[in-house]
Amino acid sequence: MCTVCGCGEGKVESGPGHHHHHGHGHDHDYHHHHHTAADAEHAALHAAGVPHTHDGHDHIHYGTGAAGVSVAGMDQARLVKIERDVLGHNDRLAAVNRVRFAAAGVLAVNLVSSPGSGKTTLLCETTRALLPRMPVAVVEGDQQTTFDADRIRETGAPAIQVNTGKGCHLDAAMVADACDRLPLSRGTVLFIENVGNLVCPAAFDLGEAARVVILSVTEGEDKPLKYPDMFAGADLMILNKIDLLPHVRFDVARCIDYARRVNPGLPVIEVSATSHQGLHKWLGWIEERRDALVAAPSGA
Amino acid sequence: MHEMSLVAGIMRILEDEARAQQFSRVRTVVLEVGGLSHADAEALRFAFEAQKPGTLAAAARLDIVTTPGTAWCMDCAEPVPLARRGDACPRCGGYKLQVTAGEDLRVRELEVE
Repeated sequence: MCTVCGCGEGKVESGPGHHHHHGHGHDHDYHHHHHTAADAEHAALHAAGVPHTHDGHDHIHYGTGAAGVSVAGMDQARLVKIERDVLGHNDRLAAVNRVRFAAAGVLAVNLVSSPGSGKTTLLCETTRALLPRMPVAVVEGDQQTTFDADRIRETGAPAIQVNTGKGCHLDAAMVADACDRLPLSRGTVLFIENVGNLVCPAAFDLGEAARVVILSVTEGEDKPLKYPDMFAGADLMILNKIDLLPHVRFDVARCIDYARRVNPGLPVIEVSATSHQGLHKWLGWIEERRDALVAAPSGA
Repeated sequence: MHEMSLVAGIMRILEDEARAQQFSRVRTVVLEVGGLSHADAEALRFAFEAQKPGTLAAAARLDIVTTPGTAWCMDCAEPVPLARRGDACPRCGGYKLQVTAGEDLRVRELEVE
């Protein structure tokens, strides 16, 4: 199981010059690669649930030990008040990420949406537009495949693919591991493209400076009310694919009204990633925040 | 189904507390679930039952205490109850609401042995 998540194995795929294919040459047994059978130490890491990399594979495996703790000699039933947040562990790791990004002068933006909102296309176009002026790096979250990271790398930006396996969201530990493998120089804009899902990623702070929810006009205008948690936690809503408005029934004003019912004052930028309509407003939003961060004293 | 992850977080808390407070089994987990939290009570129960075998909570019962959502209405300048995000202020019918309570997801107490 992954560190926060009870759902399968998370792993990170990366890196410039490394293209990993699932199904090349050796068997992937549910994301475990015990092809060096003699590697007892490695097996022990798996057994202990310690996150680790595999030589030559550049994956990270997440794990967590079984909750099989047993302390002998205590058999009297008693009540213990503990008052602990269930998400406390993730929140602490996210706080570490946030401090790290601030100290490094990196603007981290968590992009969330349902699958098919045009998130990756928007990210590719955004990256192409920003790269001549500032460094950009990308963490791509998906259950499977490296398709999205491959698309990002074609723009010239470094990208790390995090495959969550059966997981439905990124968590702070996965982002920290991915960031260890990315060049994050001062002034870098780090985009974290979360798993396409309008429910689960809402609960998991990644340590980002801003959370941006992307909704496209080919989806229902009532999504902000159907999936309110995601819109309530956002710092910006992007309404994408507006070039298609003449062809779809989508009431922009009503959609924005719904979004502001769950998040009063939520700023909205209307864009088309394919026609570039409105793209400059989104780029301006990023640059304003990135410039403010770079201007701030180091480590502040 | 991020409730699987949330329950994995609960199991982590149980392990930590078992070490710190010297107990070996959990009989009851009292979980506070805010009405505006990111979790669904039934999905949490399902995930808890799925994950507890073989753990120190193998025979544990999950007690869920639901706490109501509350928001500050900027127009009324008063706290108001809020059952769901996206609902209107029950006083003025407006939507300028800032959630003030009911977002928690917390292990309150444990009955242990």
